[in-house]
Amino acid sequence: MTIVSPELQSRYGKPARIVAIVGAAIMVFAPMVPWVYTGKILDDMRRAFDPSGLQILFELVALVLLGVLVTSMFGVKLGKYKNVVAWNSTALAASLGGLGYIAAIVLAVAVVGSQKGLGGLAAAEPGLWIALAGSVIASAGSVFLRKSPRATLAKVPSPAWVQILALVAVVAMVLFMAAFAVNLTEVESFLVCCVFIVAAVFVFRATGVMGWLSIATANNRKVLMLAAFAAAFIFPATQDGSDANMTVVAQVLIFAGTALGLNIVVGLAGLLDMGYIAFLGAGAFTAAVLSRSAYATFSIDLPFPVVVLISGTVAALFGLLIGSPTLRVSGDYLAIVTLAFGEIFRITMVNLDGTDGPNITHGSNGIPAIPNLDFFGFDFGKSHEIFGITITRQANYYLLLLVVIAIVIAVFANLNHSRIGRGWVAIREDEMAAEAMGVNTFTLKLLAFAGGAFLAGMVGAVKAYKDTSVTPDQFVFLESCFLLSAVVLGGMGTVMGVLIGATILKLLPEKLRFFDDYRMLIFGALLVVMMRFRPEGIVADERRQMEFHDEDEELADEVEEELVTHHDLLNPEGGK
Amino acid sequence: MVKTEYAKAVIAATHTEDRSVLLEASNVTMQFGGLTAVDDVSLSIRNGEIVGLIGPNGAGKTTFFNCLTGLYKPTAGQVRFRGELLPPQPRNVVKAGIARTFQNIRLFHNMTALENVMVGMYCRTKTNAIDAIFRLPRHRREERECTEKARRWLSFVGLEGAENHLSRNLPYGDQRRLEIARALATEPGLLLLDEPTAGMNPNETREAEDLIFKIRDLGLAVLVIEHDMRFIFSLCDRVACLVRGAVLVEGPPSHVQADERVIEAYIGAPQDDEDGE
Repeated sequence: MTIVSPELQSRYGKPARIVAIVGAAIMVFAPMVPWVYTGKILDDMRRAFDPSGLQILFELVALVLLGVLVTSMFGVKLGKYKNVVAWNSTALAASLGGLGYIAAIVLAVAVVGSQKGLGGLAAAEPGLWIALAGSVIASAGSVFLRKSPRATLAKVPSPAWVQILALVAVVAMVLFMAAFAVNLTEVESFLVCCVFIVAAVFVFRATGVMGWLSIATANNRKVLMLAAFAAAFIFPATQDGSDANMTVVAQVLIFAGTALGLNIVVGLAGLLDMGYIAFLGAGAFTAAVLSRSAYATFSIDLPFPVVVLISGTVAALFGLLIGSPTLRVSGDYLAIVTLAFGEIFRITMVNLDGTDGPNITHGSNGIPAIPNLDFFGFDFGKSHEIFGITITRQANYYLLLLVVIAIVIAVFANLNHSRIGRGWVAIREDEMAAEAMGVNTFTLKLLAFAGGAFLAGMVGAVKAYKDTSVTPDQFVFLESCFLLSAVVLGGMGTVMGVLIGATILKLLPEKLRFFDDYRMLIFGALLVVMMRFRPEGIVADERRQMEFHDEDEELADEVEEELVTHHDLLNPEGGK
Repeated sequence: MVKTEYAKAVIAATHTEDRSVLLEASNVTMQFGGLTAVDDVSLSIRNGEIVGLIGPNGAGKTTFFNCLTGLYKPTAGQVRFRGELLPPQPRNVVKAGIARTFQNIRLFHNMTALENVMVGMYCRTKTNAIDAIFRLPRHRREERECTEKARRWLSFVGLEGAENHLSRNLPYGDQRRLEIARALATEPGLLLLDEPTAGMNPNETREAEDLIFKIRDLGLAVLVIEHDMRFIFSLCDRVACLVRGAVLVEGPPSHVQADERVIEAYIGAPQDDEDGE
């Protein structure tokens, strides 16, 4: 990012660094002074020398900025590697991040202050203005710093234990931030926290730490997976028995699991499916119809794992049913046909009410009062105390969903790295060439449809029990849109990306209830912006990234360099 | 050398001097509405033979190719491969043993070179979804063998160091070679090359020639479409010249080279000067 021309940068580079350091020092000092004179806005920012949670986050940015600026004066070398960290770019990212952060707080104080009759910005204390001034000075200074060459950190060899420790630290950090963010009850605090997270990600990217982490991830995939799941299992403990928070998080998991299924269809095989929610519905209705609910029409008392398998199978059969006629068309036509089939599913569920058809689903009333699961005397409907930690009803289902998601991820990853995954990608890249190379395109596309549907059906079965009722209006077209958005926003063909995309799309509306009316508008705008600036999504699949930047040779080299470095690091003796 | 059962079989075929007919196209006609693109073409190819297909632009060479690979179903006539009628659908043709490359390179551009070749092995491998999901022994074994074989095919065509490069980033000549490696990975008996040297410099053309001889030495039959006359006449055992969908001349290179009608078709008689190269 260049805001100032290179000539100006080289002329004013040295004084600019001093200015930036002064700004950063002011930023470091600011949280020690009260920011707001009342505890009613944001969290408690009234006390001197006792920063609140949000102030500590700002302090973190400031300290990183100061550290980076000071270090950049000396330039650190690691062995034969120069430019290990892109100091100047990092400083720019950190200072702009700090500015954005403080801007978000000023805005929150102004808006909330006036709403609560606290006189808007009159509620602000000098500390806030000091922080703002520091951020402005630091940003102004760092804009004049010359752009640093690309960081070489990713190429520096590091021992395995360092990588593992770093990954565990990252997972712990993510867990901490997630717990902190979900626990924030105030909308404004949550928003400010989101701004901080975005800023932190940009700083990590600018330093080259992200690149290094991605290689560490590739080397220690299993460690990361274990750490991530361990963190996810610990998560309920951070919520202090709050059932409300766990409801939200469990919903995120349901959404993420379904999106991962869709990711097979859209991300790997490249088939645009606009009616995907129907498969979640098929699974949910199957589980509901088989449950012990008084309204269930087939009520068979089966063990839950069997129910999950049956739900998945029914959804997969439904996928085959929809897929075999529709997969003869492709592209936009497929999108329209699947959209129609998604609606047909919902309307069929409404009509299976006993008057328009056989009574299976009780029409638009659906099947309510589905009893809680009971595993060997472990009642999912009750709170349990384990090691002094309260595991609420929703937390029970959250943990169950984690297991299901683990299965979904394993299926997705194993299929992706197999003959079948390669076939899918080949179809996505050039269907005719794939067919001419002996790939059975029709069967593979059908398999993508059925496989994705199976996974969604499994998640649907858990959803039926968690929500205790299944109605057709839970499976409207809009939900399919959101699923597709999660996949596109997060990064098609990736697990991590889709998890992030699903979290953003489900968690934000839950935490930011007030913008519920505008969420369509905001997500629409967000998608347009993403398509313009980063069409490959938040987390880019290496292959996918190329498709969207077909003309970008520099990026092609970069991605390839990364691929080759990955390979060299994974096989030190060198590929044969 | 690729030491697979397949390679052993084809090598055995070469050593026994088995020159039986591999592919036999008889009276193939392909019409699109009123346009006859291929008109009553008969051509046979024997084991281990390199046959050239030449002709001015629009003569129907590629259409004829597409009839041989199952992309088009001939309006009339039939194609027999190893004595059996050609199955419908390109993928079944590949499985029967005919592989092809494309005139305009059609690699999977955002897959690595190795992955491209491994896609070629799709029809010779059996791992199903269940094997892959549960990482069963068959999946592991096949995956290992596939990677190994794919590496060998890459080194066979001279792309040893390129396995982790995205195919779109390879130089043009290497992309052509990768396409050949991908086609060879389908373990064909007959390889169809559609203008393999288009856009190549003389040096690359010579290398391509060497590569095709090397492929022939594996025991494969090769059918080449080409405009480069020097290339085709030094390479082929037999050349057929296609003009306006019909075979004009067929025979040994020297015979075709000397034929005045061929020269006329290329350089252009007064009535069809637009066809000239």
